[in-house]
Amino acid sequence: MVRRLSAARLLLHGVLISVALIWLTPTVGLLVSSFRPRDAVLSSGWWTVFAHFWDLRQFTLQNYVEILTAQGMARAFRNSLIITIPSTVIPIAVAALAAYAFAWMDFPGRRFLFGLLVGLMIVPLQMTLIPLLRVYNRLGLAGTFVGIWLAHTGYGLPFAIYLLRNFFAALPRDLFESAYLDGASQWTAFWRLALPLSTPALASLAIFQFLWVWNDLLVALIYLGGTEDVAPLTVKLTGLVNSLGQNWHLLTAAAFVTMALPLVVFLTLQRYFVRGILAGSIKG
Amino acid sequence: MRWQKPWLPWLYLAPALLIVAAYLVYPTVETIRLSFYDARGTTFVGWENYRWVFTARPMRIAFRNNLLWIVFFTSATVSLGLVLAVMADRVGYEKWFKSAVFLPMAISFAGAGVIWLFMYAYRPPQAPQIGLLNAILVDVFDARPIAWLTDRRINNFALIAVGVWIWTGFCLVILSAAYKGIPRELLEAARVDGATEWQIFWRIILPLMKPTLAVVTTTMIINVLKVFDIVYVMTNGNYDTEVIANRMYKEMFHFRNFGRASAIAVVLLLAILPVMLVNMGRFMEGGRE
Repeated sequence: MVRRLSAARLLLHGVLISVALIWLTPTVGLLVSSFRPRDAVLSSGWWTVFAHFWDLRQFTLQNYVEILTAQGMARAFRNSLIITIPSTVIPIAVAALAAYAFAWMDFPGRRFLFGLLVGLMIVPLQMTLIPLLRVYNRLGLAGTFVGIWLAHTGYGLPFAIYLLRNFFAALPRDLFESAYLDGASQWTAFWRLALPLSTPALASLAIFQFLWVWNDLLVALIYLGGTEDVAPLTVKLTGLVNSLGQNWHLLTAAAFVTMALPLVVFLTLQRYFVRGILAGSIKG
Repeated sequence: MRWQKPWLPWLYLAPALLIVAAYLVYPTVETIRLSFYDARGTTFVGWENYRWVFTARPMRIAFRNNLLWIVFFTSATVSLGLVLAVMADRVGYEKWFKSAVFLPMAISFAGAGVIWLFMYAYRPPQAPQIGLLNAILVDVFDARPIAWLTDRRINNFALIAVGVWIWTGFCLVILSAAYKGIPRELLEAARVDGATEWQIFWRIILPLMKPTLAVVTTTMIINVLKVFDIVYVMTNGNYDTEVIANRMYKEMFHFRNFGRASAIAVVLLLAILPVMLVNMGRFMEGGRE
């Protein structure tokens, strides 16, 4: 079917392309500025580079060198990894065990407990900060990686259990019956059946939790404070906003460092990424 | 299934139950208790902290701003998401379009804050403008530059715009999926009967998408009630841009007033509770297939 390019369709394309450009422009501006030398950034707008874009002498890597070394973004990147990986693995492992019990085991109070756990998704983070920080200060957990791993585990559990239980429960019952007849233990059924069959759900959940923790600012501010040795990228970046002020060439490079990994995940695993974000939308 | 010892399920549940009890149940109860105590959590003060929450000037500003966020952020993200979903469905590059609008969801709010601090950068009228928005004002429209984040008439809307930039893609993707679920024959039949696209949108598409629109809207309202990072990074609540969650952080960390901070948290929970219950109710219904 040949579509005539009517006025209405022209308008449609016009609106969609403008919206897409408007949405991408701020990020492009940040990226371009992060490669421009200080004087250029402060004396002219980033869009002026497009006047003679292929003149590569107007770009530099110096900003990245400086923020990664002198401003400590490399260490913050490492901290973010140290925080995020266990904060993704631990809650999923703990949740998978519980979700399996809720889906395929019999015990008194099963429905009630599950309802209670899912109901806890309502609780906003803010309700937990003060008592936990007080306990952390007493136990010496404030400012430690273990402390923040456990905190993210606690916050991530209700949603993870909810998602995985529903996925496990939807697996065919016959599979578990025949495993039982073959003399398999619960552990075997969990480890060899439930988990491998749930790879898509686990992948979506892992990506969601990974991004949630990587991009988190509030939890890190509360439990890690401003300490340099443990601060993740988000905390470091907000600190730089205050200390670097108008040094846009450095701020833009620093911001891009915090965004780089999520963007790679987004561009390579887009399907799981979108699924995870959508599934996570009900998380409190 | 019964091929187990009675204690076995509890072995699987124990780690989750212990962590949830320690990290969600205990603190929630304790925060409610602390909200009736003084700054250090030692002396009982009755409703004093709540009286402060509902009368103090910074809190009144915070409530007003959260209300502004609820109205403008929610209506902008949901309506833009809906209109763009319907429009994008008609073009071949739909996937690319959705990716472009969804992209900010991958970025941390702190990173988005820096991106927009740069977009909003302000220089006095004579200096060259390096922020895109003021450059457009000055160079294209020959107008005066605007101090987007400090001008009290506009700064809240400047912050809300950042939120809209981040979340519209989320609304777009969900609403687009719902739109694709509408049977095409229904729309074709209406067209054959001579309905205009406008009528089809209002009389068929909109009513059929109502349940999804409700979920998206409530999700956005919950987001907004808890909005923190954008404000913390961009203005820290100065120049009358305070919001509830940022104020709670300030009371907790800067003023060390645990009683007031706890009362703010409880009020936040009570505000979120009804919206969340509606949302979860719908979600449970939908998740039961």
